[in-house]
Amino acid sequence: MSIRERLSGNEAIAYAMKQINPDVMGAYPITPSTEIPQYFSTYVDNGEVDTEFIAVESEHSAMSTCIGAQAAGARAISATSSCGLIYMAEMLYVAASNRLPITLAVCCRALTGPINIHNDHSDAMSVGDAGWVMLFAENNQEAYDNYLQAMRIGEAVSLPVMICQDGFITSHAIENIELVETEKVKEFVGTYKPEHYLLKKGEPMAVGAFGMPAYSMESKRQQAQAMIDAKDVIRKVSDEFARMTGRQYGLIEKYRMDDAEEAIVIIGSSAGTARECIDALRAQGKKVGMVKVRSFRPFPAEDLVDALKNVKVFAAMDKDDSCNAHCGPLYAELCAAMYAAGVNGPKGINYIYGLGGRDVTVDSIGRVFAGLEEIAATGEVGETYRFLDVRE
Amino acid sequence: MSYNLKENLQKEERFAGGHRMCAGCGSPIAIRTVLRQLDEGDRAIVTGATSCMEVSTFMYPYTSWKDSFIHNAFENAAATCSGVETAYRSLKKQGKIDESCKFIAFGGDGGTYDIGFQSLSGAMERGHDMVYVCYDNEAYMNTGIQRSSSTPRFADTTTSPVGKVVPGKSQQKKNLTKIMVAHGIPYAAQTTFIGNFKDISEKAHKAIYTPGAAFLNIMAPCPRGWRYPSGDLMEITKLAVETCVWPLYEVIEGKYVLNYRPKNKLPVTEYLKRQGRFSHMFKAGNEWMLEAAQKEVDRNWEDLQNLCEQR
Repeated sequence: MSIRERLSGNEAIAYAMKQINPDVMGAYPITPSTEIPQYFSTYVDNGEVDTEFIAVESEHSAMSTCIGAQAAGARAISATSSCGLIYMAEMLYVAASNRLPITLAVCCRALTGPINIHNDHSDAMSVGDAGWVMLFAENNQEAYDNYLQAMRIGEAVSLPVMICQDGFITSHAIENIELVETEKVKEFVGTYKPEHYLLKKGEPMAVGAFGMPAYSMESKRQQAQAMIDAKDVIRKVSDEFARMTGRQYGLIEKYRMDDAEEAIVIIGSSAGTARECIDALRAQGKKVGMVKVRSFRPFPAEDLVDALKNVKVFAAMDKDDSCNAHCGPLYAELCAAMYAAGVNGPKGINYIYGLGGRDVTVDSIGRVFAGLEEIAATGEVGETYRFLDVRE
Repeated sequence: MSYNLKENLQKEERFAGGHRMCAGCGSPIAIRTVLRQLDEGDRAIVTGATSCMEVSTFMYPYTSWKDSFIHNAFENAAATCSGVETAYRSLKKQGKIDESCKFIAFGGDGGTYDIGFQSLSGAMERGHDMVYVCYDNEAYMNTGIQRSSSTPRFADTTTSPVGKVVPGKSQQKKNLTKIMVAHGIPYAAQTTFIGNFKDISEKAHKAIYTPGAAFLNIMAPCPRGWRYPSGDLMEITKLAVETCVWPLYEVIEGKYVLNYRPKNKLPVTEYLKRQGRFSHMFKAGNEWMLEAAQKEVDRNWEDLQNLCEQR
């Protein structure tokens, strides 16, 4: 029997970590992910896990210790947010190129400028090219469920995995949650059995070579292939997880999309808000729907095109601005996917929204759909680079 | 057991030749010597900071490292090594491995005194069972001889060039060994290549086999940056010691021990004049630089002697 609980997103992640019982955690406090290493170090100091906790002096060292530990043959984990994530950005690239399946819990928070502790996706999006699998959660349950699947995915393709949730919105909000029994978690996650590692008896190994042009590109190509392969792995692990829990996930989730003519594409907690809005609009007879992106890396290009090919108009919702005078990252990659697939029927616009914790309400999403309705009615797209709910 | 050079040299070589380091460079000598102090049969996991040493010894698909080796980045050899060591403790505790391993990190002065300083301080404070070895060549040699906080005053480097107004580096060398001692680690030492390598060998062995965090600072000259003929390496290090520019000492559980006191402390000019990086100091009108350099050496030597005599 699964366990019914009421937990915050951070508590849920820390509990998942405890159930998995990894070998090493290297972590540094930063709002709003601080609670994760706090809860976890209590488990460590009470002898409830075998994990060795390294209370490092920075996020850069947090990821450095994880790289050392994972390369040595251990399962290594960390947690961070915002500036902490980009402080370890250099190491994120090393972890991925060394093909080390480290698991990093991220509570997404705005990057500084102005300093702001609230949620947006500027931190995670800024490391979107680092080579990590990136799964985003809508709520606490998904944060927990994604975390239980992370190591299965990462270890299958030898890539590190980021489990992202929205800072404060889910990291601190307490929700009802269904936990999996620890024995089942252990069985599902399994033990880490790397083929090669620094501490392997009788087989010295060298990690982190200086790669000259004659070899570097091949290593990057192999890394790219691992990310391509991750798509199927995520689906298969999700299926297996569904058999255990009844909760099914894919690369994306479609909500009321079957006959939708106007759709939004969104990542994270605001999907929950959008559901309310969509239900209300549907009650008025409007053909609206939503596509939620669970996996941002690998980018679910085929799934998104398939989900959106028959709509009249869509809005890609970016909780981050690329500051390129053009669009946010989700819109850019989504449009590239549509164009590459030869799908040019739907019109698409971009909304930059929720920056620095700007509240996203049911009415906010309603304003997006109103904009889409106008485009559908007039055929005029107008400005594609839009900002939602901002004083100008 | 007394030290015997012949026996020491007969130990297993753990660092293979054929790497791309320059002739007359101190770094590979430091590495070979330190690794040779591992007891027979003991495994080591080595961490290397990005440096000349790293790019010259581990260019894919070749490696000079017979022990397991990990290079991560420039500024985090200490943190990376601490991660490896922690993994070892965790896996050992869980019965997943049964071997006994030692953990050694190598970094140049750039990766140790400067950009890797925070990572090093963190690892030493946490007290991991590891040795951090700095091969100190007193500048960023890998990127082309830029000044570091380890570069001595007046040295000519590419970012502290001898100009018409500023005569080389303006600041004195940072005393990293003392800073490491201030961390309260059980063993810290300063050494270089002298005579039969007794000093460096014994210190490396102590550093490796002292439980907890240890720090070893090895003066390892660079012929390109210091501008000396590559064959002069051992004379340069000897002069560094005989002038008291680089005194040999160790600090065991906080107690300073002077390992060598020159019978006739040579003037610092004997050391400076052998190196092109200090040649401008000998030009007419620059006598004040030589005086200032001597004053700094004398002050540091006096300080060290006081520390060593304290009870």
